[in-house]
Amino acid sequence: MSALGVRIDAARLKFRDQWLFKDIACELPAGSWTCLLGRSGCGKSSLLRLIAGLPLPETSHIAITTDDGQPLAGRVAWMAQQDFLLPWRRVIDNVVLGPSLRGKIRRSDIERGEALLESVGLADKRHQWPAALSGGQRQRIALARTLFESAPLIMMDEPFSALDAITRLELHELAARLLASRTVLLVTHDPFEALRLADQMLIFQGHPAHLERLGPPPGERPRDPADPRLNAWQAQLLHYLRHEPVAEAGDEVF
Amino acid sequence: MKFSSTTLKPRMVTSVSALAGIGSLLLVWQALVSLAGLPHYILPGPLTVLGALYQYRDMLIQHGLVTILEIMLGFLFGIGMGMLTALALASFPPLRRTLLPVLLITQAIPIFALAPILMLWFGYGLLSKVVMATLIIYFPVASTCYDGLRQTQQGWLDLAHTMGASKYMILLHIRLPAALPSLASGLRMAATAAPIGAVIGEWVGSSAGLGYLMLQANGRMQTDLMFAALLVLIVFSIALYFAVDALIRRLMPWNPDRIRASVSAGE
Repeated sequence: MSALGVRIDAARLKFRDQWLFKDIACELPAGSWTCLLGRSGCGKSSLLRLIAGLPLPETSHIAITTDDGQPLAGRVAWMAQQDFLLPWRRVIDNVVLGPSLRGKIRRSDIERGEALLESVGLADKRHQWPAALSGGQRQRIALARTLFESAPLIMMDEPFSALDAITRLELHELAARLLASRTVLLVTHDPFEALRLADQMLIFQGHPAHLERLGPPPGERPRDPADPRLNAWQAQLLHYLRHEPVAEAGDEVF
Repeated sequence: MKFSSTTLKPRMVTSVSALAGIGSLLLVWQALVSLAGLPHYILPGPLTVLGALYQYRDMLIQHGLVTILEIMLGFLFGIGMGMLTALALASFPPLRRTLLPVLLITQAIPIFALAPILMLWFGYGLLSKVVMATLIIYFPVASTCYDGLRQTQQGWLDLAHTMGASKYMILLHIRLPAALPSLASGLRMAATAAPIGAVIGEWVGSSAGLGYLMLQANGRMQTDLMFAALLVLIVFSIALYFAVDALIRRLMPWNPDRIRASVSAGE
């Protein structure tokens, strides 16, 4: 599967008669990881839903163009903060949820689902109920389910935020390895997570919000958490997020 | 099959506690009759009731079968109609404005007040009792099932949406299974309410059934037979409750409480 580049234009969303964000434009280069940062309530998750074509109660508009000129609909995989595993389906049945919901599940789907469980290290759990698993294991299964969809664009809404620090680091590495060939848009509250994983960072600033683009820190993702420079970059990024500087779009902070 | 001491112990403790409770109740009952010297036509003792149970067994079986049939038919129709109503409400949002008030009205009418009218419309036979039992459980089933269908987690629906699922597949694979825990509460309520509906129907007008038998026994001051019929009715209600409970457990092996219990028991 080849990676897909996506361009977003004129994204706007009104909430209670006020523009949450207006005329937002950004580029998601093919095969890159874009991390979307900003304060709570600034509209990050709403922008993600808008791009994914999910229902929103507010007035909204967006123009999406793709590298191949085809519509984006049906080519997006979604991973949320909660794992949203269906408790009445066993682990393997959750991984192959997509074809099952589309009404055409085949034996080869099950085999591919089992291979994906192997790749997230949970092959032995395939016949378990989700309720019997830990939070980290459940999120790994959610990752396998996301991978199963073979979608060129992966949308992730704070997928690792509910996990403990060590599990989160492990999942960063796993996700970076398994999603290497996909275009990823990741909403996160955690600057450290963004610094580890991003090829570009988009920061929601102001009211109504606009996007500031920050270039990536040097090095291959996932960046080493033991790298002392990561702490320094994090301090800079936190300062940037707290003080909302008026920067020119495209300014390189790092 | 494995019966470890860890899994058997809680069950045994529960059974012993339940038996001790029932035994205490019987002892208090017998003591009250013996010490207060109450005549048997006011309050027969448990041993007298057991005697009546044996003496009138053929009659109790004959009338009991009629009541069971009424309860079971009412239970099935009530569940079916309740679930269909819930599905209609959840699937066609404009229907809510017209159907929800009707649903509330069916619950607001006291079922006792409705019984004579149902006799008039449906006669003194089986049908009026089945309608009574159906009506009494219709609302709890419809409302709990509708609540369950309405409260499907948005995250599951988002996921299904991005996966290209149709409305029908979302209903089948997500909304209906997600409504099962709520529906289970409705079914448990229905299991205890259905016998009430059937017996009320029999009291108002019938020629067979345990309610009819109790009225006849009351007229002849056969209090021991009344109690025996009541005992049979209690056994029916409890059996129906546990049968429904077992069915629910079978339908929901994924219930988190059950999984946690089996994990902690080391199964």
